[in-house]
Order: sequence, then C-alpha cells, then structure tokens
Amino acid sequence: MEPKEIAEIIRDRYPAEVKEIKEFRGQVSVIVKKDRIKEIMKYLHDAPELYFDYIEDLCGVDYLGRKEPRFEVVYHLYSIRHRHIIRIKAEVPEDDCAIDSVTDIWAGANWHERECYDLFGIAFNGHPDLRRILLPEDWEGHPLRKDYPLKADLGEMEWKGYKEVLETAKRNKQYEA
Amino acid sequence: MMKEMTTAATELKTKELTISMGPQHPATHGVLRLVLDLDGETVIKCTPHVGYLHRGTEKLAENRTYISALPLMDRLDYISSMSNDVGYCVAVERLFGIEAPERAKYIRTIMSEMTRISSHIIGVATHALDIGAMTLFLYSFRDRELLLDLFEMTCGARLTVSYPRIGGVRNDVSQEFLDKLYDFTEGFPKIIEEQYETLIDQNRIWLQRTKGIGVISAEEAINWGLTGPTLRGSGVPYDVRKYAPYDAYDKVEFDVPVGKNGDVYDRYKCRMEELRQSNKIIRQCIEKLPAGPVMAPDAPKFTLPPKDKVLSDMESLIHQFVLITKGPIAAPEGEIYVATEVPKGELGFYIISDGSGRPYRLRLRAPSFVHVSVLPRLCEGAILPDVIANIGTIDIVLGECDR
Repeated sequence: MEPKEIAEIIRDRYPAEVKEIKEFRGQVSVIVKKDRIKEIMKYLHDAPELYFDYIEDLCGVDYLGRKEPRFEVVYHLYSIRHRHIIRIKAEVPEDDCAIDSVTDIWAGANWHERECYDLFGIAFNGHPDLRRILLPEDWEGHPLRKDYPLKADLGEMEWKGYKEVLETAKRNKQYEA
Repeated sequence: MMKEMTTAATELKTKELTISMGPQHPATHGVLRLVLDLDGETVIKCTPHVGYLHRGTEKLAENRTYISALPLMDRLDYISSMSNDVGYCVAVERLFGIEAPERAKYIRTIMSEMTRISSHIIGVATHALDIGAMTLFLYSFRDRELLLDLFEMTCGARLTVSYPRIGGVRNDVSQEFLDKLYDFTEGFPKIIEEQYETLIDQNRIWLQRTKGIGVISAEEAINWGLTGPTLRGSGVPYDVRKYAPYDAYDKVEFDVPVGKNGDVYDRYKCRMEELRQSNKIIRQCIEKLPAGPVMAPDAPKFTLPPKDKVLSDMESLIHQFVLITKGPIAAPEGEIYVATEVPKGELGFYIISDGSGRPYRLRLRAPSFVHVSVLPRLCEGAILPDVIANIGTIDIVLGECDR
C-alpha cells in the first residue's frame, strides 16, 4: 500500500488524533497527539491490511524554540508481509514529558525507548525496565536536548566518574619514572 | 564412612550466583558487559550493559556539516566502515534530491560487498574461535588482508576509509584494482568450500555447540526487530537490498539465503552462503561496470568539485570553501529515513534538515544495538557456554551499538 493511503486510513479511523500529514520525497509522516498513541500503534500492528510487524526505528527529536510542543517521538514502522512503511510522529510537551510505551506490542522497542529516555529525558509509561542505557546511571542531564552544550567546562558539575579517573591519574603520576 | 558422605551431599547448599561477564572478556567481541544470574550452570537472568564506547556520534553530527560528518560514520561499525559510509551518502543524496552517476553506484556496490565479505569472515571466524575452532580464524584473516590491501590501493586507508562521497565516490578505481579483485573472486568460492566449511561443517564439537542453540522463531525475530543474517536464519527473507534497492543492487542478480530452524547453525549457514552471493555480485559489477564520471557533475551546490578545478577555477574554489565551512547552503527542508543493508543488518539513517548546512537531527538505527537487546531472550534458560555461542551468532560490533 502507498504510504499516503495508509495515512488516510489512520486519519479516517482517528480523526481527532491526527493533527497533520506531511510528505517529503515520497515519505509520509503522520503527526498525532500522544494520548492514544498505544491504541493507534496496536491497531497498526494488528489490522490485517496494514500489519506493521516490524518497528524499524524509534527516536526522539527536540525542537527547542522552533515548535510547540517541544519534543516529538518518531516511530518508523514497516510491514515485512506487505512491504510498506509509515512514519508516525507523536508530540510530547516539555511539562508533561511522558508517553505510553509500545514495548508490549514490539519487543524491539524496548531498548529504543530506553535510549530515548536516556538522551532526551522522555519517560515511557508502562516500560518494564526504564533505566539509562548508554550513559552511566548517575549522569546528569540529557545530551541530545538542544540546550545541552556540545562542549563546556562543567567545573563542579562534572560527572563524578570522570573526576575519579582524573584523581587516579594524578595519584599514579608519582610512579612514573 | 559411606553414611557420612551421603549426609554431606544432602546438606550441600546451593545458591544462585551472580557473575559479571565483561567488559573485559575475550568472548564478548568488544566492551560488552553481561550480568548473569546463574543457578548452577543455567542462566536465570541476563542483563546486558552497553555504552562503554558511547562517543555521542548523533550529537557530534548535528554540529558538523553534512560532508564533515562522514568520517564519524566510519567509526560506527569499524570493521565494515565502507558500508556505513555508503549508507550515509545514499541517505544524504536522497535528502538533497541528487543522484550519483552510474559508475559511482557500481563502485559503491563493489565496495559494500567487499566489506560484507570481510565482515562476515571475521564474524564467523571469531565466533568459531570462541567456541573452540581456531584454524578458521587464521585462514579468514589471511583472506581479509587481501581485501584490505585493495581498499588501501583505492583510497589509502584500510579501516576508516571515508571513500564514498555525497554524490559519488572520491576517486575512480584503477584497472589494477579491478583485475586483482576479479582474480580474488575467481578463487574465493573454492576457499569457502575447501578451507572454511570443511574445517567446521563436519566438526562434531561445532555441530553440537551450534545446532538447536539460541533458537528464535520467525515471528519473534521480527517482533524483536532483528535484521540481517540474524533474522534470515529464522527463515524471513527480509533484505533491504531486495526490498528497497539502492545503488546498483537492482541491476545485479543474487539470492537471499534463508535458514529454517533459526538456531546458531542456520545463522552461520546464512553468512556462509552470503559470502558466495557477495562474490557473485562483485563479479557482475566488475563485468558490467560502465564508464563515466564518478561524481555527480550537475550538482555543484552539494558535491565537492574535482581537485584540479579547485586549483584553477574561481567558482569551484568558492563552492569547495562554502561546502566545507558552512555546508550546502541550498539544502532542502524536510526529513528522510533511508535504510541500507550493512553486514550486520539494517543500518538506518533518519535525517531531519532545517535548510541549514548541518543536519538538525541525525538518528542512527544501528543493527548491533537491537541485536544486543535480544541477548536476554536467547540466553535465559540456556547454559553458560551457550551464552558465548549466542554472542557470536548475533555478530555485534560495540562501536556501532554504543555510537
């Protein structure tokens, strides 16, 4: 099925949820509200004519100062049976930074959601094991947010694991010839 | 005396044991750490910890121009850097709406398949080494060396190549390169059969350690998001090269090998068969290689001009300067997701452009990251030595997993 047709099917079924349908170079994004995201995803997974059995990708995007609400969670779904693809984008505001987890629909979403939580600070309700994944447990901040600096002198705010490494290096210096 | 011993045996207390495997462990293929809860030798719970190699590639790429973000892609899956670069270039080309010339597409296909061969033979060889077959490791590194020499001949680098460019490739390949590669493909199928497969296919230890181990059904494998040979071992013929062809893959003939049982052995078989198919693709590409330019000539606002022109022509110099320092000023606004088939599976690039010379967001969908996440599913309930077999069979590179 063409991605445009799929987008129309979603809009017909959930007219109140779909905010916008965008197309760029043949790829279609459906922008939806986050409240009933799980229901929409469940429908996309189960409906026999759509049958999106494979979640290609799940990631967050930060539109600080460009758009309201600030965050978007982007799902790329693919159907191996029907060979079609759709992109769903759920808007997540900064003050209520949480969205329903889709881990029990696609097991593969588990780590993608953890990564999104780690790097953007978006919480996933109902996730079985929501911990940081790429960064250490005691890390502060979420690096892929646009207000997180690429390079900065953090001084006292520096991650304590890094401070320990520096101190050990200083201590070991005395053993150098 | 006898009685004492039996009482001792009944009073023997067992308890669950938690061990940490890695991050420094020869069988974890990099800095992967698994926390294993064991009951005797049975794994009750397996918790992978990743992130030791996290370098913030996505954040770095957002702060670089499209062209200067390319070398970051080399360092994802560092044993198949050519495929990553090709994937990135295909994604950015589609975003910009430009097309690489035919010759460049064929060259990139050749390079991707050479990478697939070198990655698969390393994958299978280290996998075999972990579970007790050492000779294959030595043979495969001998053959990989030939391929790396060919990379070096073309672009000067063996591992971090940065050879493909947005809109083509950096320089044309020489006739000597093509001849040597063709010679390699002549003898390679025989090497696979006589030196790789005979060594382990009838090896009883290998068969016992791979058959019926780490079984995952087709539906479950799709649900977990597995891709590449790891998915195809379960019998799903999903291959991006067939499902959404890029470069010259729609112009060559090849089969997608699939397994049946979804165990470690079938996944190994898939990789071996893919070696033959890659060999076939390379031969077809060399035979069909069209003449012509290797950089898109009609997109000066997106692609780097040829070096001799930069030194003699004012306009080319300006284009080069702007492209390197500011990035393409005519980049369209929009977003695109492009998947490519790298040796490990599906590598996806999701790029959001805001019209500036730098990507607003660049997301990497790394196959190894997804494959590590399935480890608990494969290992729980199995015995400890099977954990090693399972790590080998998903064929991970932690540089790509942690990004």
